[in-house]
Amino acid sequence: MDHILVAKNVTKTYGDFTALSNISLEIPENCIYGLLGPNGAGKTTFIRIINQITYQDKGEVLFNGSPLAPEHIAHIGYLPEERGLYKSMKVGEQALYLAQLKGLSKSEAKKRLKYWFDRLDIGDWWNKKIQELSKGMAQKIQFIVTVLHEPKLLIFDEPFSGFDPINANIIKDEILLLKEKGTSIIFSTHRMESVEELCEYIALIHKSEKILDGKLSDIKKAYKNNIFNVGLEIQQDGDTFVKTLEDKFQILSSSFDKEEKQLDFTIQLPSNQTAGVLAELSNQANINRFEETIPSANDIFIQTVNNKENDR
Amino acid sequence: MTGKLWLIIRREYLAKVRNKSFIIMTILSPLLIVGMIVLIAYLTKINDSEKRVISVLNESGFFDEQFKTSESMSYVHFKGLSLQEAKDSTSSLGYYGLLHLPKGADLEQVSKSAYLFTKDNPNTNVTQRLEGIFQKKLRQKRLENLGVSQGQFSDIEASFEINLATFDGEKSVKGINEIKAFIGGGFGYAIMMFIIIYGGFVMRSVIEEKTSRIIEVIISSVKPFQLMLGKIIGTSLAGITQFTIWIISASLLLFLVSLFLGIDLAAIATENPMVPGSMNGMGQFSAPPSTEMMLYAKEILNIPWFLLISSFLVYFILGYFIYSSIYAAIGAAVDNETDTQQFIFPIILPLMLAIYVGFFSVFSNPHGPIAVGFSLFPLTSPIVMLMRLPGGIGEGGVPLWQLLLSITLLIGTFFGIVWLAAKIYRVGILMYGKRPTYKELFKWLRY
Repeated sequence: MDHILVAKNVTKTYGDFTALSNISLEIPENCIYGLLGPNGAGKTTFIRIINQITYQDKGEVLFNGSPLAPEHIAHIGYLPEERGLYKSMKVGEQALYLAQLKGLSKSEAKKRLKYWFDRLDIGDWWNKKIQELSKGMAQKIQFIVTVLHEPKLLIFDEPFSGFDPINANIIKDEILLLKEKGTSIIFSTHRMESVEELCEYIALIHKSEKILDGKLSDIKKAYKNNIFNVGLEIQQDGDTFVKTLEDKFQILSSSFDKEEKQLDFTIQLPSNQTAGVLAELSNQANINRFEETIPSANDIFIQTVNNKENDR
Repeated sequence: MTGKLWLIIRREYLAKVRNKSFIIMTILSPLLIVGMIVLIAYLTKINDSEKRVISVLNESGFFDEQFKTSESMSYVHFKGLSLQEAKDSTSSLGYYGLLHLPKGADLEQVSKSAYLFTKDNPNTNVTQRLEGIFQKKLRQKRLENLGVSQGQFSDIEASFEINLATFDGEKSVKGINEIKAFIGGGFGYAIMMFIIIYGGFVMRSVIEEKTSRIIEVIISSVKPFQLMLGKIIGTSLAGITQFTIWIISASLLLFLVSLFLGIDLAAIATENPMVPGSMNGMGQFSAPPSTEMMLYAKEILNIPWFLLISSFLVYFILGYFIYSSIYAAIGAAVDNETDTQQFIFPIILPLMLAIYVGFFSVFSNPHGPIAVGFSLFPLTSPIVMLMRLPGGIGEGGVPLWQLLLSITLLIGTFFGIVWLAAKIYRVGILMYGKRPTYKELFKWLRY
């Protein structure tokens, strides 16, 4: 598989403070890559290195196979966490300026801006100043400016902070569309819940170190612990039924609804082989639910961090 | 690369010249300046035209011809009144005062017993004038007693001015050193004003980019140094535009005003009471003989204008870049303008020092040790060296090695300061929320 970005042993210190310690990452082409970690973990420093705003002290970063160089800037789009626009400059002029700084010609930039302004319903704002705009509108313009030069790699640092839910959805759909068109996307956030639906790959950064990375589905598989949620419709008393089960299996918790004759319980299996337990259960009751519990990114994150801390 | 720099310069320039307060300042300043000049001229005129009337009660028989009405004083001679009557009529007529010369045996006695009666304490101008009249008459009388005739007396009184010449034998004129230093001082002062005004603009523009949080978007496209450079150049171009408009419109306005109102502007320049002591020399050539006028004109033409203007450009560009990059670094280090004070003072200090040292030290001795030292020291040299340069280079002027050393030091400092400022700028623009100390700024240099 081709990688849009490869970081090898990247280290960055500010004085006595280590912002990144020996980080190695491989970001595949045409995927959404989640860069996760709490505030202050070093995500933004890493992103600034990719954008050549600051430089690593040690290590190497390859963009499309070659070491990062100034000409790559035209192929990267970056929406920083701390973002804004010139308050007293007109919207259109400002967008043109920022697009030209990314290397677009004036006419090309104008054409694409018109397309995006129509697409996101900001047509009439060309000659208004930013200070006259609502915050959501300004955020949309920032998004447009980020993607306008059709970069190969898009980097979003906390993209949804500051967006209202409706605009956040619009932007999310646009990001997914861009991915479909072949763009690689890095998505940096400390809010794990937004990761699950978007990212195919993730890396966890904690206290300047990478503690986990890989394909999200693989990670989840690795973090699965063979716990299943089961729902049964039974005729006999729930408690006695559970007691008979406990002789053979490890039951973590259970609850019985007498009126509905519904028994729900979680069960810990020794492996992910379910045939035995299913055969056993279906002999005695009607199974209406049997699902594996999959750890959320948040759970994985907390678990990994805890493991890491315990190792020390 | 240069394309981006050009884009930044263009944006900074347009952002500046389209700014409402900038436009207002551009239009209003010449009006204000011309208005001030006209006002000063008008007030000076009123002030001059006020005549003081002194009534004179002369019972002595001396001083009959001495109290003659002049441009600023007029005298009314009372005859046959008693002192009390004279006092009453003086005050009822609203005159400034009454000069009483009682009967006396001789001039000395009369003078000693003469009195000036006024309502309040008299103006020193008035008393000095009156005293002058007494003194002159007394001196004449005393000399007469020693056998000096009246004709001889006026010969003695004739004023004397020393003739001046350079070693080359060329005739020179008084006050020319001051004029030269003044012209150089004008250039130096322009540099200082430009640095303070437009350096401040650069700083505020950096702060604006920081507070509006656009800075990270921009520097993901261009290098911070490019942005800083573009900002400084764009702002200075806007400044040059403004200065040019000011100079052209102010001189046009002054010309029109003096044409319509008939105010003699040259007169104000020489009568301006605010000029420092050394300017008194200039006051004397308000009506010099025409041959002297020619000498002045020759001396002014003799000023090495080409040298002066070309070194002005060199010193202006280097000095402005040094200072405005410091301003940019300060803007980057802080979050808002109120935090800038502690950092700005150390920058203004050498500028002020340069101006004061220039006016006090260079005017009196353009080649003294203080003048030489400050014209070599890079943070003051743009101003002080320009004050020395109208004297020319080489013999009688600035030694060539001093000029070259000064420019070399300035260029070295230019690279050093811009490098340091760019480092602070690069780190500072991404730091939010706290006011850094000098110690922290020093740390940033190692990032």
